[in-house]
Amino acid sequence: MLAAVALVSGSAIAYEILLMRLLSIVQWHHFAYMIISLALLGYGVSGTFIALFKSRLQRALHGSFAASAALFAISAVVCFVLAQRIPFNGLELVWNPYQLVYLSALYLLFLVPFLFAATCVGLALTTFAWAAGRVYLFDLLGAGCGAMAIVAVLFVVAPQGGLKFVAAVAMVAASLACVGAESARVRFAGSLTGTAVLLLLVIPMDWLVLRLSPYKGLSQALAAVDARPLGEYSNPLGLLTVVDNPTIPFRYAPGLSFNAPRGPPRQLAVFTDGDAVSAITHIDGSLDSLTYLDYTPGALPYHLLDAPRVLVLGAGGGHEVLLARHLGASWIDAVELNPLMVRLLIDDLGAFAGNLFTTHNVAVHVSEARAFVADSRARFDLIKLALLDSAAASGAGVHALSESYLYTVEAFASYLQHLSPGGILAITRWLKLPPRDSLKLMATAIEALRRAGVADPSRHLAMVRSWNTVTLLVRNGGFSSADIERLREFCRARSFDAVYYHGMPASEANRFNLLSEPYFHMGATRLLTDAAAFTAQYKFHLTPATDDQPYFYHFFKWRTLPELYALRAQGGAGLIEWGYLLLIATLLQAGVAGGVLILLPLWLQGRSRSGSGGLRTGSYFFVLGLAFLFIEIAFIQKLILFLGNPVYAVAVVLSGFLVFAGLGSGFSTRFDKLEGTRRADPIHVVTAIIAVIATGYVLLLLDLLPLAIGLAEPLKVLLALLVIAPLAFCMGMPFPIGLHRVSVRRPDFLPWAWGLNGFASVLSAALATLLAIQFGFTALVLCGSALYLGAAWLLPAPAR
Amino acid sequence: MRTLRVAVALFALGTACALPAHAESDAFAEPRAAMMRLIEKDVALTREFTGAAQFDARVMQAMARVPRHEFVPGPLRNHAYENRPLPIGHGQTISQPYIVALMSDLADVDADEKVLEVGTGSGYQAAILAELVREVYSIEIIEPLAEQARERLARLGYANVTTRLGDGYYGWQEHAPFDAILVTAAANHVPPSLIAQLRAGGRLVIPVGARFLTQQLLLVEKNADGSLRTRQILPVRFVPLTGSH
Repeated sequence: MLAAVALVSGSAIAYEILLMRLLSIVQWHHFAYMIISLALLGYGVSGTFIALFKSRLQRALHGSFAASAALFAISAVVCFVLAQRIPFNGLELVWNPYQLVYLSALYLLFLVPFLFAATCVGLALTTFAWAAGRVYLFDLLGAGCGAMAIVAVLFVVAPQGGLKFVAAVAMVAASLACVGAESARVRFAGSLTGTAVLLLLVIPMDWLVLRLSPYKGLSQALAAVDARPLGEYSNPLGLLTVVDNPTIPFRYAPGLSFNAPRGPPRQLAVFTDGDAVSAITHIDGSLDSLTYLDYTPGALPYHLLDAPRVLVLGAGGGHEVLLARHLGASWIDAVELNPLMVRLLIDDLGAFAGNLFTTHNVAVHVSEARAFVADSRARFDLIKLALLDSAAASGAGVHALSESYLYTVEAFASYLQHLSPGGILAITRWLKLPPRDSLKLMATAIEALRRAGVADPSRHLAMVRSWNTVTLLVRNGGFSSADIERLREFCRARSFDAVYYHGMPASEANRFNLLSEPYFHMGATRLLTDAAAFTAQYKFHLTPATDDQPYFYHFFKWRTLPELYALRAQGGAGLIEWGYLLLIATLLQAGVAGGVLILLPLWLQGRSRSGSGGLRTGSYFFVLGLAFLFIEIAFIQKLILFLGNPVYAVAVVLSGFLVFAGLGSGFSTRFDKLEGTRRADPIHVVTAIIAVIATGYVLLLLDLLPLAIGLAEPLKVLLALLVIAPLAFCMGMPFPIGLHRVSVRRPDFLPWAWGLNGFASVLSAALATLLAIQFGFTALVLCGSALYLGAAWLLPAPAR
Repeated sequence: MRTLRVAVALFALGTACALPAHAESDAFAEPRAAMMRLIEKDVALTREFTGAAQFDARVMQAMARVPRHEFVPGPLRNHAYENRPLPIGHGQTISQPYIVALMSDLADVDADEKVLEVGTGSGYQAAILAELVREVYSIEIIEPLAEQARERLARLGYANVTTRLGDGYYGWQEHAPFDAILVTAAANHVPPSLIAQLRAGGRLVIPVGARFLTQQLLLVEKNADGSLRTRQILPVRFVPLTGSH
């Protein structure tokens, strides 16, 4: 049974990670986040379900467990297939209320598999509450291994293939659960279930073909006449799809000047998860076909530097590398996170791309950009951050919830430290009206310069805009008047507008691409003169992102919402940051749904019984659910930055957390024997240790970790695990201690404890993001620590 | 006599062809009038931002004439005159009426002019333009949409619209130069060939933003000397600074 618990937990967390990948591909990341958050309410609802049918379920424990596990396996696949047939279009939400019906249908569908999985674990925990520590140990160990396993699986198969893996593991769990059954019939069913695993392997992949939203970039590209996918490449970082169109070639040159004599030559499009696009340009040796490059805004720094040594962060399809090579860079280091992208450019499409990545003066590094810079001892004449997100996604606030460590003050400081004297940091982003990214970039650069001891940053900054892009330059040592002359000439020849340089007259701000007001120039100037008043008055959030609050894409201000909402049909909808609002909507919906499905039945049942202390005990499990995830999420984020690679980092840290917490849970059974003795209540000791370690880490240790960033990767992983171990070990204890204590006093309350904890976890994930956006991860950890201390006070003392 | 009858019949047929097929009164007259009131309201609200106190009367007449319900999929007909974009299949949309009117107004075209549209979609924008100018050339890259729009525009009697399936990047050289070019889908850059095919004094209009969420419009004006000037228009009554007007 314990092995079955581990397998169900493992496959459930694998399913969750997989769904996030799948829904991010067919829909968008923020919708995926909301749908899965609400589906996880299945954990909370399972508590209600067990409470209502407890005696019947526990009487045939093995059969119930096995049936739930088998139903989880089946529904994991079936619900995904059905969900793909729901025509939900998130982009239309603002116009069409029926989309809410589709959205609700998606929540409900995905709630089903989680409900079955959680019923398994809940049943085991509540039935064997006297050994909760051991059950919870296997639950967490299984989850930890499941998280690792699915990441490994995603290296081998496409995400939709991973569904089979999840279902197969759950089926094996069902089969295992039957082994210990007393009834021969159940044991026979178990062996049948075992063989059903084989059936899963033959599910035709056609049933699982991903149906992307027709509004995603990839769908749009494939809709064009003669478009054909050249290949699909998948790993946990994303699904890459290469599209070719011989009739209507793809052409990507953001911000290309109107004065360009011609556009780019033939290109192939590479979509990541069906959207964010990179172009691979065909290089046939003729310089003429590349003249367009000098007419893009990204060419500007090459007009200010002579044969620079360049670092490109985000090599993607090679646009920035091509630009650097074409405009005379002496050496190019290009960093790309996704090894598949690099392999595409080197192997499969190397000839098409003129062997760009294997040119004699180009070195391509597979690494995370921040980690590469932190680890590098080199100095560069030019550091370029490539424009890799899609204009549409960027405009619609899709990334509002995404952490990005590329655009924080600390990141900028690190880039600046790696500039040679006179070196330039150059960043191009999509232009948004009213300005948002551009001004936040400027604010971030100003803050980074100030932190580096530059008293007057104004001389170090310059910004230009085309009709749809904005480029920020930061020059080590400042811009000379000759530089500024060249910059002006560059803009004039391309009909770009200068936004800012030191001493720029306002009359120069709005010359070629006219705006109703020179918003960009005005904003940039005010950020240098009276930033505090300006950012307070401005209707979008411009305060720079930091490593503690790495939400560069978060521009939302509550006070702007009523105005934009009132204007939604008159163009305001495009200015609302939907990602953030969906997060709030997730919280509200989870709150209401949890209230109806978990709290209301609990209250009704409580009225019919005479037990007391339910509110306090329930609160204990609820608060634990909140606190655990607050701390876990914050540390995952803190360690992503240290470990560099987000995929490994999440897998290692998440699994580490779960496994060590599981071990802690197993250890906590020792306290059971102490219950009733005169020693200090273990819950107070454990929660105090958690609070001290967590607080100590965020205030002291995490600042020291960057010193070890240059270590070899395995050592860094080991160090990260060492950091996590004591904290997670202690965090695994309060839940089973509580369950054990409740099993003695009020066994009927056990399912509710499980359900409330599950409900809190759903709220906690959304709430953690919200708190991190507003106050940062440090605050989140402090909040989690305080909740642990509060929880200890809530749990009734052991009977003496 | 028989010849006369044939001639009368032919004349009648010819008249029917010359008049757009929707000329007779239709069941959607009232919703269309309501849509016009909404557009007028939006125009008044956004005049500081678009630079137009009111739209060209001819544009408004065209919007009031063209049967938008003919350009949306059957199940959505009842929503055709709401001031919002609608899906038309293949990941494409028919733009919000206000945006169509604004783009047509920004194109600033005269009756004897020639317009290129890149992205036929449903054909609605082409139909509006057809009411305003002498010739409309429209290119679509999605085959089923191109086919449907061609058939629909022909059925509705828009004889001055020529459509084709193909690449809009290089414009339509045989019919260039154009007095106005409307690109109806967001683009990451303005194709140099479109600029080249714009007549001196002509205008090019492009929307910017995701589907269903047009965020701004780009207006490119080609001066008499061939130089360019562009205007970026945020079609919403919104200023980013408190207290700023």
